[in-house]
Amino acid sequence: MTRTNPVLADIAIHVDGDKRQLSVDTRTTLLDALRDQLGVTSPKKGCDHGQCGACTVLLDGRRVVSCLALAVANDGAEIVTAQGLADGDDLHPVQQAFLDRDGLQCGYCTPGQVCSAVGMLREVQEGWPSHVTGDLAAPVELTDEEIRERMSGNLCRCGAYANIVAAIREAAE
Amino acid sequence: MSIGIPVERMDGRAKVTGTAPYAYEHQVADPLYLHLIQSTIARGQVTAIDVAAAEALPGVAAVLTHHTAPRLAPDAPAEFRALQSGEIVHHGQVIAGVVAESPHIARHAAGLVRVTYDARPHDVRLRADHPDLYTPDMVAIGAPADSATGDTHAALASAPFRIDQTYTTSAMFHSPIEPHATTAIWADDLTVYEASQGVHDFTALLAQALGFPADRIRVIAPHVGGAFGSKGLARPHAVLAALASRMTGGRAVKVALTRRQMFALTNHRPATVQRVQLGADADGRLTALVHDAILSTARYEEYVEWVATSSRNMYATPNRRTTHRAVRLDVQMPAPMRAPGEAQGHFATESAMDELATAIGMDPIELRIRNEPSADADTGLPWSSRNLVECLRLGAQRFGWAGRGRRREGDWLIGTGVAAATLPTWFKLISVAYGPSHAAVEHVGNGRYLVSTGASDAGTGARTALSQIAADALSVPLSDVDLELGDNALPRAMLAAGSMGTMVWGSAIVAAAGEFRRLHGTDPRPGARAEGAMTGNPHTERVTIDSFHAVFAEAAVHAETGEIRVPRLLGVFDIGRVVNPRTARSQLIGGMTMGLSMALHESAAVDQHVGAVVNNDFAGYHIATHADVADIDAVWLDKPDPYANEMGIRPAGENGVIGVAAAVANAVNHATGVRIRDLPITPDKLVVSRFAR
Repeated sequence: MTRTNPVLADIAIHVDGDKRQLSVDTRTTLLDALRDQLGVTSPKKGCDHGQCGACTVLLDGRRVVSCLALAVANDGAEIVTAQGLADGDDLHPVQQAFLDRDGLQCGYCTPGQVCSAVGMLREVQEGWPSHVTGDLAAPVELTDEEIRERMSGNLCRCGAYANIVAAIREAAE
Repeated sequence: MSIGIPVERMDGRAKVTGTAPYAYEHQVADPLYLHLIQSTIARGQVTAIDVAAAEALPGVAAVLTHHTAPRLAPDAPAEFRALQSGEIVHHGQVIAGVVAESPHIARHAAGLVRVTYDARPHDVRLRADHPDLYTPDMVAIGAPADSATGDTHAALASAPFRIDQTYTTSAMFHSPIEPHATTAIWADDLTVYEASQGVHDFTALLAQALGFPADRIRVIAPHVGGAFGSKGLARPHAVLAALASRMTGGRAVKVALTRRQMFALTNHRPATVQRVQLGADADGRLTALVHDAILSTARYEEYVEWVATSSRNMYATPNRRTTHRAVRLDVQMPAPMRAPGEAQGHFATESAMDELATAIGMDPIELRIRNEPSADADTGLPWSSRNLVECLRLGAQRFGWAGRGRRREGDWLIGTGVAAATLPTWFKLISVAYGPSHAAVEHVGNGRYLVSTGASDAGTGARTALSQIAADALSVPLSDVDLELGDNALPRAMLAAGSMGTMVWGSAIVAAAGEFRRLHGTDPRPGARAEGAMTGNPHTERVTIDSFHAVFAEAAVHAETGEIRVPRLLGVFDIGRVVNPRTARSQLIGGMTMGLSMALHESAAVDQHVGAVVNNDFAGYHIATHADVADIDAVWLDKPDPYANEMGIRPAGENGVIGVAAAVANAVNHATGVRIRDLPITPDKLVVSRFAR
C-alpha cells in the first residue's frame, strides 16, 4: 500500500546552543532536518549512507553521523556542529590546528573531520580502545596510528589526511 | 613579496566552521527538490513510462520525462540532452525526474514511476581483442592518435634486453566528497548555484543546451567541494534543475546527486589495456620504446584519453611508436580525472622501466638518467627547463635510496620503488578550446584593491595563491587585496583544468595589474579599474614547457595475507616557482594520496549482465582513508621557469597523482618479487601469484 501523506512529528532540538522547534516528516534524517529545514549547513551530505563522515556532528557530546540518525528519534537532543564549536571569532583548538596545519582543501569534509576529531579526542580521554590499541587496560596513548584508525570514518578525497593527523596531534598536545 | 610565503588558506576559517556555502546550501526562498530517476538497462528504449501515481502524490509539483520535458538545443552535446528521447545509451542514464515540496516526497514519488523498456544487447567490457577496436582521429587533447619514428620492429628484434608486457587499469571515479549539486531559479533570467570548476565554461554549455542567452544566465560557485575534473561540464541534473524551475513558475529547484547516482552520471577515468615494449642495450640505453594503448569510450559520444602521449618525449630513443585504439561501449562517456591519461600511462611505462632495470641488473634511477632526452622528441623543441634528473637525485638522497635492499621484519616483506613522470602544459588548448582568461583590478579606496576573475577554487588554494600574485603584481601588501572568483559576473576565465588554473588566471591578474598601473599610476582614485587578459604563451613555438617529478615509495607486504601497506611516499617535483608552499604542498600530497588510492584500492566492479558498476558507493568503491596513509611528503626544486609565465610557475597539482601507482608497484615487486600489472594491487593478486610460483 502506498501511504500518500507524510507523517509529521513535532520535535525540539538544541543546535549550537539554540533551541529549535520543528515539524519533521518522520523519514527525515537529522542531517536533512538540519540542512533543509533549519538552514544549518555546517554538517555536509557526502553519501547519506554513513560511509564518508562528512555529516558528523556531536550529539549529546558524542560524534555521530547525522545521516544515519532520524530526526524524530532525537527529540530533545543537544547537537553541536563545527559552526557551534567556534565561539564567534574564537576557533576551537582543533579548528585552529586544522588552519595552522592546512588540514583541509576543498573544505567539504572538513566540518565532519573537525567534529569527529573533537569527539574522538574525548573518547581517547575516556580510555576507549580502538582496533589498533595494544593494551586494552592501559590508558590510550594517542599515537599517529591511533589517530588514523579512529579518524578512518571520515573520508577526504582531496587527500588532506597527513595534515589532518598533524593537526589533531597538535590540538591534543 | 607575497609569492613564496606559506600564507594561511584564505577561506580556511569559513571551511573549518562549515560556513562556506556550497551549491546546494545557498539559502533560497521556498525551494522545490528534484530527484532523478535512472535507467535500469544499459541500452535500448523506454517504451512506456507511467507517472500517474507519482503525479497524484500530494506535494509533487512536476514529473519530467522525455514526453514532458522542454526541448533542448539539438546541437548540444549528447551528455546534456537529458530527456529528449526514450533512447537509453548507458545504465543509470537519467530517464525522468520528480520535483516536489520535500526531498522525501520527491524520492517517494520517484519510486512510484513505472518504466517499461525494450532492451537491446549491450557491451560494457573493454578487452584487447575486441572486434570493434578503432583508431580515433585524435585523442581528446587534440594530439594525433599514433606516432612513429625509426624502426621499432628491427630495434626490438636485435635488442640485448627486451620487455614486452601488458598493463591494465580499471575505470575509476572522481568521487569528490561534495556530490554534484545545482540550485536553479529560472524566472525571467536564470540564476544557478552550481558545483562547478569553471563558471564561464559551464554557462556557455548551459546556454547552448537551453537555447537561452548566456548573458541572462548567472552562475555562482564561490566554493566547490572537490572536483578533480568531474565538475567541468554542464550535466543533466543541472539542465533538468533549470527546466524544472521553468516548469514550476520560476521557483527555486535544488538537486544533489546521491552518492550512487554519481557513479553513473558524473563520468569516470577510462579503463585501459596498455602493451609496453622496451628494447635496451647493455648500457641501459633504450633502443626502442613502443606504447600501445587500448581504452574505452562511449558509443554515444567519443572521448579517447591521451594515455600514451607522454611516451613521445619522456625518454630518448631512436625508435619509437605510440598508438591509441578505442572501443565504443555502452557506458557513460569517460572524462578527464585528475592527471587524465598520464596517470594510467605512467603506471604502464614506469612499471616497464622498472622491469627493464631488473632485467639489465641496473639501478632503476640510473636507467632513467641514461635515457634522459636532450630535447622534446615529439616536437624537436628544447625544454624550457627539465630537471628530472635532479628530482631523482634529490629524492634518492632524502629517501635513503642508496644500498636499497629488500628486507623482512617479522611477517612483513619490505621493499622500495621509484618512478619518474612528466605532466605536459596544454597551452595550445587556450587558443583551441578554453579561450583567453581575464581579470580585473579595481582600487576601492584607501589603498585597498579588489581583484576579480571568473576562476574557481575547488580546494586547490587558488583563492589564496591568486591573491598573493595580485599583491606582488600591484606591489602592495597582501592585506590590501581582496579577491573574488567563482561567479560568471566576473571577468571571463577558463575552468580549472590541466593544473593550469593558477598559471593562467595569475597571468591575467598580472596583466590587469600592469594595465591598472599604466592607466592609473601608483596613486589611483577610488573606483579606478583596469582589465587584463592571458591569451596564450608566446614561447610555445620555441620551447616545450612541461613539469616533471620523481616518486619514491616504500611498500610492506604481509608474507601470508598479502596485505599491502605503504609506510613512506616521497615526491620530488620540478614545477617552477611555488606561489604558496603551504597550499601547494597540500595539493601535491593530496594528489599523491589519490595516486596511492589508485595503486591499492580503486576498481570498478562491472556486472557484465546488467551493464552497470555495482560497487557504486564508498563501501564498495574504496578510496584511501586516514588509516591507509602514513608518512607522505612532497618537496620541490623551486626553479622558476621563465618561459612559463611572469611568475615562473608551471602546472603543479596533478603531478602528485602520476608517478605513485608505478612507484608502489615497483616497491611491491622489490619487496616480494611479484610483479602486479593490473591495478589496483590487492592482496588477492599477490597471494594468487605466490601460490602460482
